[in-house]
Amino acid sequence: MKSGYLGVDVGSVSTNIVVIDEQGELLVGKYLRTNGKPIQTVQEGLHTIGEEIAPDIEIKGAGTTGSARYLTSMIIGADIVKNEITAHAIAASRAVEGVQTIVEIGGQDSKIIILRDGVVTDFAMNTVCAAGTGSFLDQQAARLCIPIEQFGDYALRAKNPVRIAGRCAVFAESDMVHKQQLGYNTEDIVAGLCEALIRNYMNNVGKGKDIKPPVLFQGGVAANKGLVKALNQELGYEVIIPPQFGVMGAIGVALLAQEKVRRKGYTDFKGFNIQEIQFKTTSFECKGCANACEVVQFYENKNLIARWGDRCGKWEMEAM
Amino acid sequence: MKISFPHMGYSYIAFKWLVENLGHECIVPPEPSKRTLDLGVRYSPEFACIPFKILTGTYLEVAEQGAELIITSGGMGPSRAAYYWVMHQYLLDDLGKDVEVMAFEPPLCDVKDFWKKLRRLRKTGGLSVKEFIQALKVAWTKINALDDVEILSHQVRPLEIKRGETTRHLWKALDYIDQANTIPEIIDAREEGIKLLQSTEMDMSRNPLKVGIIGEIYVVLEPAANHYLQIMLGEMGVETDRSIYLTSYTRKNTIVNLEGDIFSMAQPYLNEAPIGGHGVNSIGETVLYAQNGFDGVVQLAPFACIPEIVAKSIVPSVSRDFDIPVLTLFIDEQTGKAGIQTRLEAFIDLLERKREQKERKKIERLVI
Repeated sequence: MKSGYLGVDVGSVSTNIVVIDEQGELLVGKYLRTNGKPIQTVQEGLHTIGEEIAPDIEIKGAGTTGSARYLTSMIIGADIVKNEITAHAIAASRAVEGVQTIVEIGGQDSKIIILRDGVVTDFAMNTVCAAGTGSFLDQQAARLCIPIEQFGDYALRAKNPVRIAGRCAVFAESDMVHKQQLGYNTEDIVAGLCEALIRNYMNNVGKGKDIKPPVLFQGGVAANKGLVKALNQELGYEVIIPPQFGVMGAIGVALLAQEKVRRKGYTDFKGFNIQEIQFKTTSFECKGCANACEVVQFYENKNLIARWGDRCGKWEMEAM
Repeated sequence: MKISFPHMGYSYIAFKWLVENLGHECIVPPEPSKRTLDLGVRYSPEFACIPFKILTGTYLEVAEQGAELIITSGGMGPSRAAYYWVMHQYLLDDLGKDVEVMAFEPPLCDVKDFWKKLRRLRKTGGLSVKEFIQALKVAWTKINALDDVEILSHQVRPLEIKRGETTRHLWKALDYIDQANTIPEIIDAREEGIKLLQSTEMDMSRNPLKVGIIGEIYVVLEPAANHYLQIMLGEMGVETDRSIYLTSYTRKNTIVNLEGDIFSMAQPYLNEAPIGGHGVNSIGETVLYAQNGFDGVVQLAPFACIPEIVAKSIVPSVSRDFDIPVLTLFIDEQTGKAGIQTRLEAFIDLLERKREQKERKKIERLVI
């Protein structure tokens, strides 16, 4: 029987599930929309993955990452829970040896990770504004009536990209509307938007960072050829897009799960057939003191498996 | 008079005692909550920074409870915070609140103004000069005791075995100090509190990472404004030292004190012109933390805070020169702490790897 390791990355926009083998090669990967329902998406996604992979693959370990990593770890029974930044760095340094910079643009955040000798030495995430992230591109594509998959092709066809203010999503949008009303063609506007987003990324997330090649571009947005072109132009050299650019976080945490289980000796993974289980969260306000913490309770069927949200720790229960 | 003041960490315990013992009534400011923020955001200019908005909310809350005078601090130098008390006065007037805002400027700026304000507080409270000085002394002892137990809690928490035990012990210790009314009583309460904190069940085999917290004073001092950063880090197993305690300039057991001249430390990096607020401090303190063997530094900056933005763009060169990683967190209205948590977790991973690498190099050198 072959062994596999499961990685689940539940972000704001997408949920990625992968299974890798003992050598770290991707066996199967799934890119799903979270649609604001992380629990359901994970349950269903796991079920389909379970059906897809050959029955002779045994899951030896599982890990979770992304903004819903703690919740997901309780649903699937993860061996390790890791933040996205570390997970992406692990996957990238496995994909390209000697990588020094990772540009990652996802649904709601964008990050830069600087590595030296395989170790993360610096990183940054976008702070307050969502300009330059996948959701914003999604929105603008919808507004321009372009399918998001063709967004990049439009940008590549542009002859004279227009200049668009990229500092803030609202400014960018009004600038785009303005340019449209002046009669610029869609291709030039789309290309201008790509350049503006990259400029914004460099000035905001990339500010003060020591960007050196090889640079890896990953995250769902790396599929957008227009942005790749704009990034290459800005840097003055070609970035590398790893084949599994969309699911790098999930791969990274699967690799970490493999490492963890090697030390631990067993897995907590509950299996693929968890779609029958009812997961539920409830909350109450603690009356113990003036802090009035909102305590969240997490149930698996009828069993309480975790509580969190209390500052003093008296209600907390570790996930079993 | 009914007097109130901004809520900054646990200092309200000492200020409450002081106001009451100067012959006034104290309206204790509530810990900034969702409601404080709602009020603050609603009535402040949109572009104001988060400390301004929280203070607006706090002032409106204490005004509701009948406060007549709010005592706050002014400041000097190129940061708009120095002018906030004036803005707040206009704002409260516009909203028809009958509250006066009184700001103490640093005494060196305007000694006369400083004494005049002190005198007014003394006269209206009906105290003699001697009684007044005595009350100030007791309050100062109290602030010191509060800082002492809090500092200790940040060293104990990363070692605790049961999450929350340190925090519960700290709350009790603060309560002891709150109950004490004379200098000897405060000294006893402090001792009791320290003993209680030391009785926390600890795993002494851990070697926690050490992180310094720098940045703008309000978001550094008020845990409710910074997502309880120090507690969060402590529970992740990290020991923290904060650059600002109300008493830090007079003590020796903090990294930032009178002995280390942060201004001269910062000078090589901003020789051309000074920056206001705590911007210069942020740069100098990064140097100090590096020199004191800290693993990393977290800079807390209110979104759109000019001095901290300037500091942030200088910090990378300090970070390179002294080989100390710095994470800048911008604080704004967002109440979700997931973003902060992700960044902190990644930062800790980074610091751990860096420490491992250092240890490995040390061993290699020994072998050679």
